[in-house]
Amino acid sequence: MAKITFDGIEVEVPDGTTILNAARTIGGGIVPPAMCYYTPLKGSGGKCRACLVRVAAGSTKDPRPMPKLVASCITPVQDGMVVENTTSEQVLNVRKGIVEMLLINHPLDCPVCDQAGECDLQNFAFEHGVSTTRYEEERRTFEKIDIGPLIQLHMTRCILCYRCVYTADQLTPGRVHGVLGRGDASEIGTYIENIIDNDFSGNVIDVCPVGALTDKTWRFKQRVWFTKPVNAHRDCPKCTGNVVLWYKGKDVLRVTARKNEYGEVKEWICNECRFEKKETADWTLEGPAAIDRSSVISANHYELPVVNPQIIADLPESSVRDLEQNPPLKLGN
Amino acid sequence: MGRKLLTEHINVEGIDTFEVYRKHGGYRSVEKALKTMTPDEVVEEVKKSGLRGRGGAGFPTGLKWSFLAKPEGVPRYLVCNADESEPGTFKDRQLMSKLPHLLIEGMITGSYALGARTSYIYIRGELLYVLRILEKAIAEAYAAGFLGENILGSGYSLDLHVHPGGGAYICGEETALLESLEGKRGNPRNKPPFPAVQGLYARPTVVNNVESIAAVPVIVNEGGDEYAKIGIGKSTGTKLISACGHLNKPGIYEIELGVPVEEFIYSDEYCGGIWKGRELKAVVAGGSSVPILPTELILKTATGEPRLMTYESLSDGGFVTGTMLGSGGFIAMDETTCIVRNTWNFSRFYHHESCGQCSPCREGTGWLEKVLHRLEHGHGSLHDIDLIVSVAKQIEGNTICPLGEAAAWPVAAAVRHFRDEFEWHVKHPQEATRYGAVYPGKAVLA
Repeated sequence: MAKITFDGIEVEVPDGTTILNAARTIGGGIVPPAMCYYTPLKGSGGKCRACLVRVAAGSTKDPRPMPKLVASCITPVQDGMVVENTTSEQVLNVRKGIVEMLLINHPLDCPVCDQAGECDLQNFAFEHGVSTTRYEEERRTFEKIDIGPLIQLHMTRCILCYRCVYTADQLTPGRVHGVLGRGDASEIGTYIENIIDNDFSGNVIDVCPVGALTDKTWRFKQRVWFTKPVNAHRDCPKCTGNVVLWYKGKDVLRVTARKNEYGEVKEWICNECRFEKKETADWTLEGPAAIDRSSVISANHYELPVVNPQIIADLPESSVRDLEQNPPLKLGN
Repeated sequence: MGRKLLTEHINVEGIDTFEVYRKHGGYRSVEKALKTMTPDEVVEEVKKSGLRGRGGAGFPTGLKWSFLAKPEGVPRYLVCNADESEPGTFKDRQLMSKLPHLLIEGMITGSYALGARTSYIYIRGELLYVLRILEKAIAEAYAAGFLGENILGSGYSLDLHVHPGGGAYICGEETALLESLEGKRGNPRNKPPFPAVQGLYARPTVVNNVESIAAVPVIVNEGGDEYAKIGIGKSTGTKLISACGHLNKPGIYEIELGVPVEEFIYSDEYCGGIWKGRELKAVVAGGSSVPILPTELILKTATGEPRLMTYESLSDGGFVTGTMLGSGGFIAMDETTCIVRNTWNFSRFYHHESCGQCSPCREGTGWLEKVLHRLEHGHGSLHDIDLIVSVAKQIEGNTICPLGEAAAWPVAAAVRHFRDEFEWHVKHPQEATRYGAVYPGKAVLA
């Protein structure tokens, strides 16, 4: 076990834990933002530099500060480490710079982007960035590419976090998804537009922190804050079948995997669950999915009737039983 | 005239063949090390020599070797970084093409010291003809029994491979080099773990520059103490300097560390002064990534001491009034040089070579290049000058690998010392962008 001080709060974590995960055990507003690190994906992290923190003391043995800011998502803790995140002005200034760098080639087309409302970059820029830009040049643009019939890649929005690359590498056999080109001309490639023909390829949509990879069965259907997330499950032979259904009225517009409070997928879901099962009758409803209160999704009239059996006329028998046994949590009022 | 430790026989006819090289004392260090020394003794000699990495960072080679993790039953690797692509640096190419056996001898001795059974030379892909020379030399060394199984009957075996790169500057960064050597995209790795613990194929690995490895035979032959007598202070031995730019005699010079910069530029023994009888304007002393210095500061430090060709003297004054020895790519610019254009040119290079993995470097290098392009072509504003300093600061120190710093330092230094010239470009765009325009003013010293 290693004891570290993070922003003045002492916490004890197992050896080998990263600084970011140690901060997450404390939770709250002191957790550094992460745009590329993704716990379920091995090897992710270190790229976006959003989680840079200052190490004021390396360890009890060697209490010198580290010369540069370190990426908290990949740096393991040492016993006696003192880390400054929100308490260091340098860190906050650098983070402001990182927001600026991530946004200079981002189209800022949030008004027409499906990710708006649940976008990591939006949240990150809102919390840590400045509202003006110093960038006058032309932004890089790409043609939209269809990755198979169900996923669309809009490279212009990509921040090159490599999450989808790791997902494709680690969930699907045979490397069909990687990065082509270099520098600010690099792009997510699918190996000459090879279709990712795999039951779990849809997960690249969930891991994308921005709107670069979108679900073609959901594109432009609805703003995310007008839909209601409902936890549901089904017996799926391929995956666990634990999902979130996004309702607008009676219609299931979208199916996604369940995510934790840091936006990380808890269990990967298969393409059949994601793209094909869009009827309430396919699912056993569990109740509203928890949404952060600060999220724009919960800000919009979050009400219960969505999962009320009387309104959803064709709710299956099992769902009614489930609902009676576990009445949904009341959110809002 | 200083001693030539590496390039003494460089002009001998046929020195790239095994027989001639052997006749001139080649492979003595292999015999000495394998027959009379233990691996630790070789490491100890290199430590004593005070040899510092010749690739740019100047980290003591002996210390690097002693950091190598040595778990039981796990192979270790020595990798030679021959991916020399820094603008202004061209010393390794010459060393390898003229004296391939010197590098091979160094690789054998070094691998023996580190306990490596397989070693690699990662050579820049563009240097295809050098690759052929090395391959021929390696075949000769195998035939002569200096490579392969049971070298010289000592029981030590070594295989040496040459691997060409695919044409990326970033593959000169040691972890990107290892990725590339493993057959992957040459993206730098996150550190820690460092290569000394998890390098090539996740095994302990040492990555050394060509010139560092070529110095090992000399150190083993003459002894570390003897080698350390050359040079000044912590800058020991000789260094290859590839001098280019507006000099009367550009070329590759092997100097004893400690030669005054003034002597190096103006004496007939070295570069022979500035061409066409012109004045020196600025010098980039260690390859394009180090800060540029105006004449006054490269000849003398801020405190008025004469500047010497050593690691310490060149970095005297930090990045405010100093620079770095770096990889020894010495670029001299005469009074007609446009610093803005030069800075833009460097930025263009780093923009092109950024791997695109981490955001400050990927976006920042492109941004710098675009703003500098604007300034150079007379469309800039005074605000742009502060902007590039600010962007350079946002990149510096926040990236995965040192390429971010390499892109940021020259820009920051150019504005620091030549701000007036940047402002001249903004205020008098027509004059400044005219063909052959020469800035009439002087540099800012601090």
